Amino acid sequence: MAAVYRAAPAEALRIVPLDAFTAIYHRASGITHLVGPPVPEILTALGPDGLTLPALIARLGDTYDLLDADEAALGARLDELVAAGLVRTA
Amino acid sequence: MKHVFSVRIGPVGFRVGSDWRAPIRQLAALYAGYPQPEDGVPDFTVRLFAQRPWRRVIRPAVMIGGDFMIPDAAPLPLAQGLLAAEMAMNLQMALGQRRYLLLHASAVERDGRVLLMTGESGSGKSTLAALLSQRGWRLMGDEFALIDPVTGLAHAFPRLVSLKNAAIAVAEAAMPQARFGPLLEGTPKGAIRHLVPDAAAVAAMDMPGKPALLLFPRFGFAPDIRDVAPGEVFMRLTQASTNYVAMGERGFDALTRLVLSIPAQAIDYPDTKHALAQVEALWEAL
Amino acid sequence: MSVGANGWLLARILRSPGDAAALDATGWTALIAIARAEQMIGTLAWRLHGTAMPPAVARILADARASADHGRTLALWEAEAARRALAPLGVPVVLLKGTAFVAAGLMAGQGRSIGDLDILVPRGSLDAVERALLENGWEWVKPDAYDDAYYRRWMHELPPLIHRDRDRMIDVHHTILPLTARITPDAQGLLAESVPLRAEEKGGLAMLSRTDVIVHAAAHLFADGDLAGGMRNLWDVHCLIEEFGVEGLVERAEHHGLGDAVGRALRLAAALYGDGATLSPGDRACLRRVTARDGWGSATRPWTRLAFYIRSHWLRMPPAMLARHLWTKWRKQSG
Repeated sequence: MAAVYRAAPAEALRIVPLDAFTAIYHRASGITHLVGPPVPEILTALGPDGLTLPALIARLGDTYDLLDADEAALGARLDELVAAGLVRTA
Repeated sequence: MKHVFSVRIGPVGFRVGSDWRAPIRQLAALYAGYPQPEDGVPDFTVRLFAQRPWRRVIRPAVMIGGDFMIPDAAPLPLAQGLLAAEMAMNLQMALGQRRYLLLHASAVERDGRVLLMTGESGSGKSTLAALLSQRGWRLMGDEFALIDPVTGLAHAFPRLVSLKNAAIAVAEAAMPQARFGPLLEGTPKGAIRHLVPDAAAVAAMDMPGKPALLLFPRFGFAPDIRDVAPGEVFMRLTQASTNYVAMGERGFDALTRLVLSIPAQAIDYPDTKHALAQVEALWEAL
Repeated sequence: MSVGANGWLLARILRSPGDAAALDATGWTALIAIARAEQMIGTLAWRLHGTAMPPAVARILADARASADHGRTLALWEAEAARRALAPLGVPVVLLKGTAFVAAGLMAGQGRSIGDLDILVPRGSLDAVERALLENGWEWVKPDAYDDAYYRRWMHELPPLIHRDRDRMIDVHHTILPLTARITPDAQGLLAESVPLRAEEKGGLAMLSRTDVIVHAAAHLFADGDLAGGMRNLWDVHCLIEEFGVEGLVERAEHHGLGDAVGRALRLAAALYGDGATLSPGDRACLRRVTARDGWGSATRPWTRLAFYIRSHWLRMPPAMLARHLWTKWRKQSG
C-alpha cells in the first residue's frame, strides 16, 4: 500500500504568504521555513486527511495546473517536508 | 566591582562594573543626562575586568564579561576601555535581548513614523542616521532597532553613535556643535569616535514610533534605487537580526508583520549628499 | 535579608520564593546576575511566577520564561530528530538530563536551560548509532585525532556531534561515567530499568528509572565535572527527590558503586534547597565551591576552583594517564 502523506495539523504551523515566497513557522521545532511554490500548494492539497503520492500529483494537476510534476522529484520534495516536520506519513 | 556606572538607554537598563576608573568616567561623561534603570534594576550586567590582578596595572588589558559572553573574546588595551564597554553592552543586547526583535539597523523618526536603515558595516547607516538627526529627524539609534512583537512599534535605543574611519571627519564637519568621545585609534575596526546623541534624541527616547519605510543603503556605488520584495526583505532581516531565532514565534510574528506593513528599497549612493536626497525623496513619496 | 550576594542568595529564593519580597534593587540585581551566571534564570523565573516584584524585574523574568519555553521546544524537537534517525535500528534510546526532564514534564525541567542533547544507548550499538547519525545530518564537531582516540578509548560517550542544519550538539553516552573513573556503574542496568516516555510510539524514547535518574544527577555532579554548574545540578536533584522520593535510592546507588556520591548530593541539595542536613567538612567545601559567585555573577574563590579542577581529573583518570593527557594537551597548546 502506498504511503499516505498528511499536512501537519493547522495549529502546528503559522503560514504567512509574503509574495512568491511564503514564510512558515513550524511550532514543534521553532524553525522558520521560507518556501516557494509548490510547497504551500502541496500542504493545502494534502490537508489533514492526506493523499498518496499519485493522488497528490493528480490533485496538483487539477487544482494548480502543475501537470508536469514528476513523481520522483515530488517524492523527494515530500521527504524533505517530512524531515522538516511540515508533512507526516502514515 | 570597584567602579560602577548605571544607565538606561531606551527601554534597556545597564550596569557596568570596571576594575578601572577611566572607562567609567568616560561613560558617565558621555551618557550624562540619560536616566537610571527602571526600579533601579538593570536588564543587563557588564563587567570590564583584568584577567589577572597584576594586569590592572601592568600592560592593562580589558576583558569583557557580563550576563552574556562569547568565549575567548580578545581583550582590549585600557585606552580603548570605552569601546570595550560599548561592545560589551552591545553583546548583552545581541545575545540576551528577548523582549524586542532586534534588527541590526539605524532608526530615525519624523512625525511619529520611523525610517529603518539596515546594512553591513560600512553601508553608512550610522552616518546617515547621524546626518538626518541634523535635518529635522529624531535619532532613535544607530545600531539596533527594537521591534515590539506585541505592538509592532519600533523602540528607540539611542546609545552613543559609533563612527568609524572616514565617517568621523564627515560627522565632525557636519556637526561642529555636537559632543564627541575621545578618538580611539588602532581598534580592531580601525579608528572609532563616539558621537553623543543630541538632547532631543535623549529626551524623546521613551517614545516609540510606527515603522514606515525600510532602506538598504549601500555606499560607494552610482546612485540607484530599487524596490525589494517582501520575501527578500524577510530573508535579509532574519540575517540582520541577532535574536530572530531565539525569539521563536514572537520573532516570526514581529518580522512578518513588519515586512508586510512597510515598503522597502535598496539605495546605492556615491556620497552622503546623494543619499540624503534619495532618503528625503522616498520619504516624501510615501 | 541576612544572606550575602553569592550562590546562597539564589538558593534561598528558590527554596522560599516569598523571601524575594524583602529584596531591594541591589538584591534583585545580584539575584538576577547570579541566576544568569548559574544558567538558572529560567528556573528562578518559574519559581517566582505570580509573586510580587518590581515591574522591571517582572519584565526580565517574563523574558526568561519565554526563553526557557522556546529552549524546551528546541530540545524536544532535537530529541524527536534523534528518535527518527535511530528508530530503524530498534535499539533503546534513553534521554538524559534536561531533555528527559522536559520530555517527562518533571518539575526539574521547568524553566531549565538545556544545551546539548544527551542520550544513552547500549555500548554494542555505538557504531550503528554513530553511522545513523552521520547519515542523518550530524557531523563531528572537530576532527582531531588525539581527542578522538581519547574519547573513544576512555570516555563514556562518542566525541560530540553537531547537526549541520540545526546547529545543535548531541552527546551519545553508553554509560554515565568515563571508563577511566574508578567506579563503573551498571550500564546495562540503566538501560534495563529505563522507562518509556511515550508508550504508544514504537521505537520511542525512554528516560532513566526514578532512582537511576537521581543517581545520574549525582554522578554527573561529582565525577563528570569540577562541580561547575553545581547549583543547577543540585536543583535537579532536589526536584527529582521531591517528585520521586528516595525509596530504594540508597540500594540502587550502592548497586552502581555511587553510594557516596548520591549521599553527598542529597546532603548538599538539602542544605541548599531543602530542610538542611548534617554536613561533613568535605560537604562544606563543596558548598563553598558551588556557591562561589559575587553580586556581579563573577566566579569567586579561584583557588577553590582550581583545587576542584585537579580533583575532578584525578577522579576520572588513573594518575599516569592523567599525566599523559595533560602532557599531550600542553604540547598541543604550546605547539
